[in-house]
Amino acid sequence: MLWACILLPQLALDAVLRRLPDPARPLALVGGPAQLRTLHAVNAAAAAAGLRAGMRLTAAHALLPEAALVDHDAQAESRWQQFLAAWAYRHSSQVGAQWPGCLLLEVRASFGLLGPWPRIEARLREELTALGFSHRIAMAPTPRAAHVLAGLRDGLSVSNPAAIRELLDRVPVRRARLPDDTGERLHRMGLRDLRSVRALPAGGLRRRFGAALLDHLARLYGEADDALTLYRPPDRFDLRIELGYDVESHTPLLFPLRRMIGDLCTYLSIRDGGVQRFTLRLEQETAHTDVDVGLLAAERAPGLLFELTRSRLERVQLERPVLALRLIAHELPPFVPATRDLFDVRTQQNLPWPQLRERLRARLGDAAVHRVAPTCDPRPERAWRRVDADGGAIAPAPPRPPRPAWLLPRPVPLRDVRLRLVAGPERLESGWWDGEDARRDYYVLETSQGQRAWAFAPPGEQGGWMLHGWFA
Amino acid sequence: MGGAIAIETLLATQTLWHAGRSAAIAADGEPTGHAALDALLPQRGWPRRALTELLLPADGVGELALLMPTLARFTQAGATVALIAPPYLPYAPAWQAGGVDLNHLQLVDAAARDALWAFEQCLRSGACAAVLGWPAQADAAALRRLQVAADSGACLGFALRDRRHADNPSPAALRLVHAGAGAGAGAWQVRKCRGGPAPLQAFAPDPC
Repeated sequence: MLWACILLPQLALDAVLRRLPDPARPLALVGGPAQLRTLHAVNAAAAAAGLRAGMRLTAAHALLPEAALVDHDAQAESRWQQFLAAWAYRHSSQVGAQWPGCLLLEVRASFGLLGPWPRIEARLREELTALGFSHRIAMAPTPRAAHVLAGLRDGLSVSNPAAIRELLDRVPVRRARLPDDTGERLHRMGLRDLRSVRALPAGGLRRRFGAALLDHLARLYGEADDALTLYRPPDRFDLRIELGYDVESHTPLLFPLRRMIGDLCTYLSIRDGGVQRFTLRLEQETAHTDVDVGLLAAERAPGLLFELTRSRLERVQLERPVLALRLIAHELPPFVPATRDLFDVRTQQNLPWPQLRERLRARLGDAAVHRVAPTCDPRPERAWRRVDADGGAIAPAPPRPPRPAWLLPRPVPLRDVRLRLVAGPERLESGWWDGEDARRDYYVLETSQGQRAWAFAPPGEQGGWMLHGWFA
Repeated sequence: MGGAIAIETLLATQTLWHAGRSAAIAADGEPTGHAALDALLPQRGWPRRALTELLLPADGVGELALLMPTLARFTQAGATVALIAPPYLPYAPAWQAGGVDLNHLQLVDAAARDALWAFEQCLRSGACAAVLGWPAQADAAALRRLQVAADSGACLGFALRDRRHADNPSPAALRLVHAGAGAGAGAWQVRKCRGGPAPLQAFAPDPC
């Protein structure tokens, strides 16, 4: 196996920068408690003005008053890592996102599909740049070695096991991503590189530094298996962008919206799915407004989805300022690209019934689509039943006198002054065994409007009609 | 030739026809199962890939009896027929007695708002041979959508509506109005049919 490691050195900052229309403006992420606000990360323009991560907020204000300040969201980092893991899943079926700030991809299996490593690497870099994330990429035979190499130099790739061992031997202990502060302690003990660490007796190392160091080294050199928790794509898409300022018109919403739709489509193409219905939630101070977007067929073209969402969004009256946007898609049906045979005369949107039924059920509720079947009970209200599941042939009903095609859910009084008796009576006396016995005389009546009604009266009477069906 | 178009092309595409002379129209309609009605209609049956509107004075005047032979033939052939939000319960024994194979009769429950959507989806999908709907609130634009959907899904659409809509224009390819009670009781009058003038005679189904 060959593992590529994508190091994301400023994930939190990139996540903020990529949704700003002008990323070149000085910007700093601010974190820490309210009394001791410090800079968490700064972008290039802010760094050029002298701002540094870890600096006090007051000092930053003094240096560069016009710098934009954004609150650092500690959870954003892992959220974006998950998003990028979803993106990486397109390039490899084995993606690890368990170590903070980096992604791991098994790439050897992808060579057959995507081409040799330089081509994959170029592709990864191109897509990450388009997504707006700075990155460092390296490749090695073990995940940990790739992680170490990515920290050493961008673009380093070693696939030969002998070469990687030799290279690792020369890695300084402080750069070898050893557990906790082991690297620093080894360095202070005068051990400069991994070769000298590995030359030490294992028993002594274990006593001083614990088993974690030896485990790490064994996995780094590929002498022990490294069990990674592999990424599994979730079944729904939910992305939230905090705007950081109040937006009272539609135009400033469009830029973050375009990003969100782009992210949605990236995600969909990874899943090889489409989206048919999604919700854009405009979060306000106390409430939120939902913009529902529904399509006739599953789609994943960013341009189309953006235009659709934009047209829906522009119809919404913004009564209160919008603070955040959230895009939620629960149903991600499989995407069937419109393919057309050269000689196909049949409609291109031809959808088999099972898929259509799923689509109907998705919107109307699970019980919305059903069939009916006759039963043997003579009472009309019990002479039929719903069939929700598929399959199971429907048996014919026992022969009876003519029955109406429409049945009322429950009998209602039939009031008409000019009723004409057409046929009847048909005495129905049944149901003594389950406590709902019915004794009725059914007649076929014609109303003044020309309808054929199926109504019943108490036995022996011809009045007090209860309508039970229509001979339509 | 410039913009000139031969009159034969127009006649062939049925955008132009001779008044008084019944145009030579391919009798490619879907047989209705009523010989007298087939004879009245220009395509000798329900127009294919199109919406048919049945305008009723009230529910239960024989609209299902009119459709039953067609639905029976479709379902027996294994094609799906969908009922979108029917106003009453389809009474299974009666439909079976009418010849419908209930294995292929699908019912879709929907609120009024979603019923139009479901109707259009079923028409457009191409999965159904015939779709029956009761679009009470539909305006001309909605009916046009249904008509287009029926065309793209190659499906027979039946919209059952109240008779008061008869005077409003409609994009449906065929419109049948039920005469109601009184003179000509129980008869169906062709209000509009694509591909020819509407016949003057009414169609009276056999009394059952």
